[in-house]
Amino acid sequence: MTDTTNTETLADDADAVEGAITGEPEVSVADERRRIHDVWVSGTEERFPFSAATDEGAQELLPRDREPALAQQEGILVDDDYVVDPEVVEDERQIINMGPQHPSTHGVLRLQMELEGETVRRVKPIIGYLHTGMEKTAETLNYAQGSTNVTRMDYLAPFHNELAFSLATEQLLGLDVPPRADAIRVLMTELNRISSHLLWAATMGMDIGALSMMIYGWREREVCLDFFEKTTGLRMNHNYIRPGGVAADLPDGWEDDVAALLVTVETGIAEYEELLNENPIFLDRTMGVGVILPEECKQFGVTGPIARASGLSWDLRTAMPYCGIDQYEFDVPTGLHGDVHDRYLVRMEEIRQSIRIVRQVVERMPAGDYRSPDPKVTPPPRMRIEESMEALIHHFKLFTEGIVVPAGTAYQSVEGPRGELGCYLVSKGGARPWRMHWRAPSFATVQALPAMMTDSLVADVVAALASADPVLGDVDR
Amino acid sequence: MADIDRDLGAASAQVAARTHADRRGTDTSPPASVEALLREYPDASAEVRHYASSDVTYTAVTVPVDDWVGFAETARDAGFDTFIDMAAVDHYRDAPRFEVALNLLDTAATERIVISTRVPYDDPTVPSLTGVFAGANFYEREAYDLIGVDFPGHPDLTRILLPDDWDGHPLRKDFDVGAVPVEFKAGSKDL
Repeated sequence: MTDTTNTETLADDADAVEGAITGEPEVSVADERRRIHDVWVSGTEERFPFSAATDEGAQELLPRDREPALAQQEGILVDDDYVVDPEVVEDERQIINMGPQHPSTHGVLRLQMELEGETVRRVKPIIGYLHTGMEKTAETLNYAQGSTNVTRMDYLAPFHNELAFSLATEQLLGLDVPPRADAIRVLMTELNRISSHLLWAATMGMDIGALSMMIYGWREREVCLDFFEKTTGLRMNHNYIRPGGVAADLPDGWEDDVAALLVTVETGIAEYEELLNENPIFLDRTMGVGVILPEECKQFGVTGPIARASGLSWDLRTAMPYCGIDQYEFDVPTGLHGDVHDRYLVRMEEIRQSIRIVRQVVERMPAGDYRSPDPKVTPPPRMRIEESMEALIHHFKLFTEGIVVPAGTAYQSVEGPRGELGCYLVSKGGARPWRMHWRAPSFATVQALPAMMTDSLVADVVAALASADPVLGDVDR
Repeated sequence: MADIDRDLGAASAQVAARTHADRRGTDTSPPASVEALLREYPDASAEVRHYASSDVTYTAVTVPVDDWVGFAETARDAGFDTFIDMAAVDHYRDAPRFEVALNLLDTAATERIVISTRVPYDDPTVPSLTGVFAGANFYEREAYDLIGVDFPGHPDLTRILLPDDWDGHPLRKDFDVGAVPVEFKAGSKDL
């Protein structure tokens, strides 16, 4: 696919850029290489005017008739008893901004809302406040360093980020990892799903006024993080799952730690359900609020617990299994109404199912190596370097050049706590990715927020946003 | 000490043999639904790819830019109705230079299709898919913002991640990675 090189157009292309930058006919190979990465002069690429011409650009709420995409999102049924006078004129509407510093926006999301009294008529999510250019940074890091970078994207699901990146790299390498590495990956990602959902339950409770819930959720999550710290050395941004396997074997006595952790979490969620399930305030604030329909989920690419709460039974763990996760027994919970309350129920059940998976992993953990024995990917053990010339060469090549990945394109996705987390990785050969694009689940969710929020009350916007669980590090990357 | 005794070279040869022979060799024809699409668009070509450590496959289809909207619409009507992703790539020294890749799911048949097209540097325009999938809106804005691909037909093609007054498209390969000058750093040229 990428091999269709047209040398003529290529030469024109290179000349055009070169002429604009240097104006010199003779360029040495070293200069040419340097230019590709280092030289960029402002304006040289802007020869073609694009149709992006509004004064305020992305910050502006456009007139209604110019936003067909937003118009498509209107007309969602929300059951509330607030009756709106249809005779309201435009002058009685006001545009207000929620965020980027609003506490319920979970970071730096900004929602521009057109209000009619207490009713939200239109919503426009404005993002980018946390954009740190990780996709660009990845092009300067080799594959061994790559997982250090991607783990910082969705900071509540670092293991899933590392896993998607590692699997994409392994897809390009055509590399299998040992069964123990697969099992450890499943163990850590499912525990990560539990910790992420616990944090969601905590912040969700906080946002709709159940303040005790916040303390409880954090309490149980802490137990999960303790185990992550014991295994990986860090509470977050672990850099534990790497191309070729995992960084280290599980610590001694890990079975007991995990068993104790699961009991704590199970006790915890039983407590949450006692606290919330029959709480009239919680029910009133969640049932029938923030509804998104299955068709809208498909249109906007909303996946994960939100889509499942709308009734779509789609889970990559069963549909397109990775790391042998299909050998464990678990169910995929679905909801009926697609509202905030169903998302709560689905996430609680997902914690239970993840606990089920983790118990099976503990039972069946295979013995053996925790990373691939391929010497082109895994550095040799220290003692081996003193005995073998070949091991010394491999060690030297791995730590100077890095893992060399053949040219190709790969898409690999895993079921993250927020939906399909995908990595589109392009390699042109060599030790660094040519392009790394992320299919971030929160990005798609944020795009679908207007569908959940249009024509609901301002207070319900907070509940809908909390239930959508966007992580802004994931949205902006 | 078990690690030290094992012959790493021999073990790796076994792993490589199993991976490439068993997996890459099988299942190279696209699923029936994609075959039907390819019959309708003879200019499109398909390649079946395997997920890592798994027998799951997906189909990568390359279409000319003229067929872009038509192919996406036909695919949607053929069951690939879940919009998942749209990625843009700058293949700097290859021509055509820019790639746009659309990722769709058929949740009923459990099939994934990645449709990509290439456009040249002189005319980086790909027709907008916002009329086919509402979800393409943000993704096309992202591709415009970071790579500089134009999407005629998009309702509001503005920058999405970067500030509105940003200069250039940073994920292009001829855009400098850049650095923030550090104050009070010994030997810094900026001082």
